[in-house]
Amino acid sequence: MHVVILGNGITGVTAARTVRKLDSTVRITMVSGESDHHFSRPALMYVYMGHMRYRDTKPYEDHFWARNRIELRRAWVTRIDAGAKHLELDDGSKLPYDRLLLATGSVPNRFGWPGQDLKRVHGMYSLLELIELERNTAAIRHGVVVGGGLIGIELAEMLHSRGRHVTLLVREDEYWDNVLPTEEARMVGRAIRAAGIELRLKTELGEILDDGTGACGGVVTKAGDRIDCQFVGLTAGVRPNVTVAADSGIETKRGIAVNGFLETSAPDVWAAGDCAHVHPEGGEPFLEQVWYTGRAQGEVVARNLLGERVAYARGIWFNSAKFLDLEYQIYGEIPNRPVAGVGHLYWEHPDGARSVRICHRDGAFIGLQAMGIRYRHRVCEAWIRSAVPVDQVVQQLHLACFDPELFPRYESALRSGLREVSP
Amino acid sequence: MKSDLAVFEGLEAGQRETYARDLTLPERAAIGVTTLGGLVFVLCTIAPEFARSLGWGGFLAVFGLTGAGAVAWITLTYRGTQPGIRHDGVFFEATKRRSAFTYVVTVLLCSLYCSLWWWRDYAPASLQHLDPLAGGIAIVDPLARVLTGGPADGWFFYGFLYTFAVAVMGVRMFWKYRHNRYHIARTISVIWWQAAFGFTVPGLLKMAGEKDFYFTYFWPLKPDYLLPWEVDHMITATSLGRAMVLWGAGMTFVAVPVLTYLYGKRWYCSWVCGCGALAETFGDPWRQMSDKSERAWRFERISIHSVLALITLITVGAWVHEALGRPWLSDGGSGLFWKWYGFFIVAGFAGVVGTGFYPVLGSRVWCRYGCPQAAILGILQRFLSRFRITTNGGQCISCGNCSTFCEMGIDVRAYAQRGENIVRASCVGCGVCAAVCPRGVLKLENGAYSDRFDGADEPLAEVLRAIGVRSRS
Repeated sequence: MHVVILGNGITGVTAARTVRKLDSTVRITMVSGESDHHFSRPALMYVYMGHMRYRDTKPYEDHFWARNRIELRRAWVTRIDAGAKHLELDDGSKLPYDRLLLATGSVPNRFGWPGQDLKRVHGMYSLLELIELERNTAAIRHGVVVGGGLIGIELAEMLHSRGRHVTLLVREDEYWDNVLPTEEARMVGRAIRAAGIELRLKTELGEILDDGTGACGGVVTKAGDRIDCQFVGLTAGVRPNVTVAADSGIETKRGIAVNGFLETSAPDVWAAGDCAHVHPEGGEPFLEQVWYTGRAQGEVVARNLLGERVAYARGIWFNSAKFLDLEYQIYGEIPNRPVAGVGHLYWEHPDGARSVRICHRDGAFIGLQAMGIRYRHRVCEAWIRSAVPVDQVVQQLHLACFDPELFPRYESALRSGLREVSP
Repeated sequence: MKSDLAVFEGLEAGQRETYARDLTLPERAAIGVTTLGGLVFVLCTIAPEFARSLGWGGFLAVFGLTGAGAVAWITLTYRGTQPGIRHDGVFFEATKRRSAFTYVVTVLLCSLYCSLWWWRDYAPASLQHLDPLAGGIAIVDPLARVLTGGPADGWFFYGFLYTFAVAVMGVRMFWKYRHNRYHIARTISVIWWQAAFGFTVPGLLKMAGEKDFYFTYFWPLKPDYLLPWEVDHMITATSLGRAMVLWGAGMTFVAVPVLTYLYGKRWYCSWVCGCGALAETFGDPWRQMSDKSERAWRFERISIHSVLALITLITVGAWVHEALGRPWLSDGGSGLFWKWYGFFIVAGFAGVVGTGFYPVLGSRVWCRYGCPQAAILGILQRFLSRFRITTNGGQCISCGNCSTFCEMGIDVRAYAQRGENIVRASCVGCGVCAAVCPRGVLKLENGAYSDRFDGADEPLAEVLRAIGVRSRS
């Protein structure tokens, strides 16, 4: 049997590794047009900043793939022929498969802004964009980054680290407040400004101006303000990359449509990770577009590729990020808007750079979110799974602290300082 | 389609070009002052007589100027930045990657060790008056007279230079990690042990007519402390000798296993040891140069355990020889030992290669590939210790900051991305992986011995008990 995996991101690679772990005989081919080898996409920012070289972002040494008999094919796929069961590649050749996994990831959103196709205007998602970014920002003084999400702040940090003046345009009232409650969103806003990055809230991009050479020379906001700049980063979120699937007649909705077993409309074709729009039986459809869910879906889909039928079950949510120097971790549910029955307990350190939010549903613990303090995943998960009383979590929070040894501990200050808030 | 390798070599070259910037006036002044001190040193090396005529003036000119200039440079570098991990441009700067600059530094460091160890023994008699360290020795001579009651020699010069480097680059660590108490504490610790017990105390002992004993080194890193001829000499020739021998044996056989069981190898390697002190301060800018490949790991396991086997054999052999009444060698083997083990391992491996190659192979070359003390501590840490680096559930994003900045070349990410704890013989517990992790995934801790490989740790067991879940046995 020949399993072909389209995409060498975290989902494709996890699937390939899991298939190999479960079955030592099946032939595995991983196809990617983007890179020879798997690299960590969240690490690309560190290449631009000089913390690492590209080769350091590769989680496995190059000999890993041959040793595990995972064949690598560097090509773009132009079409999937689900009837004949082969892929058509951009070099004109055909790659037959018995079972196919689509793990094509995401593409950056573009909203049809005037000037979005000018030179020195692009997103920061792929390896190609990293290379473009390097070329396009070599001589700039001022860059404008559009988007109040995770990639936006990363791109702002990247440009800032190379000494460029950066303006971050955020449409919302506060940075990332479509996910973060107001207090935390404001905390990140303070960190952005303290670092020397100009943050403009409630500001939408109107158009990008041509400097007369076909390249970007500035932007005009919807409010009519003009900002001179030589680079515009478009980071207004990502959407599933469905192009090849859609062009090949595989059903797509917001992403490639799959059922709870991650099966697409085509026989012997699965989809997982960022690109998949999952429709579980009797449940709400969902997109999951973070690293961890890509990995989790990759593990499940590998079993299905080998003939099992395992439904993908969403685990207890967790995520993390680092906003400049401010670390963020979340375990479980932390709604950013009032939800009936959900209470919020919040504590913020007087320095305004660390906080803990604990959520409960009628007294039962459902989630913890921390800024500037690290907490233990497995402890928080055990508490959430057992729906322990929130008072117990507050009393025992020190057991979940994951800050390095000798760091100041905040749990006693937290216990006396927690207050009920409405998000 | 162009391979990634070609694309990224081009990219990296371009990055380095665009990263270069002009220095500010204060930065130029700091470099100027340091250079001036360096020039006085060069002058003294060329004309040792001149150095001797300067007295304390020479000492102050060389170490005052280089020290003040270096501290000023460090302060200017970090003052304007926010506390936090600042690795911006590490791979662009010529001083921190393989470049003409780092090769020159490597040659200079190697020359220092060659002069120190081999000049007097191997340079032709007709050239002995040209001892390259004579100027340096003359510069520190006034200090030696105060501290040891006698004239300085090459070892005193080296000891001072070493302590000076640890202290000045320790200031850099204080700035760099001003947000991180673990790094501040271990830096204070290594400066203290180096300055007090790695430099001052041996000098004072010498002045008192005792052996210049190092309380912070023991067998097998300091093999002579348990070799028969040295033990014999210490007990018979000095009044504190017996206590020193007991101290050394107690450290080797009792303190090392007990402390390593409790805290891991780190209690010594990154909190006490002088070699660790130099690596963690002076060597810190080059920590990312360590080789993370599996090939390097295979080589490391063979080389470090070979040195341990060698010194163990020598020591046991020497005692057997002693028990038989020194049938073959009247000096007990001392001459041969220093000729061969001293030449290849102590001078060649620990000195020239182990420290000289910091700028191209990373800051822990000796500690990783050669140190027999590290080998013992590593075996204990791997099999008999409560220490581990805990991986925080599934939070790893495989970014690779941890592996990149591991000075021991451990591929930390390989464990973290599988959710496994890191229990590795070579880990010196410096804590940098945990500090650079952008997702709060790693924590150095001492927990129950039984669950050190498992993701679970003591707090989790307690939590599970508290919510009525039976902990795994």
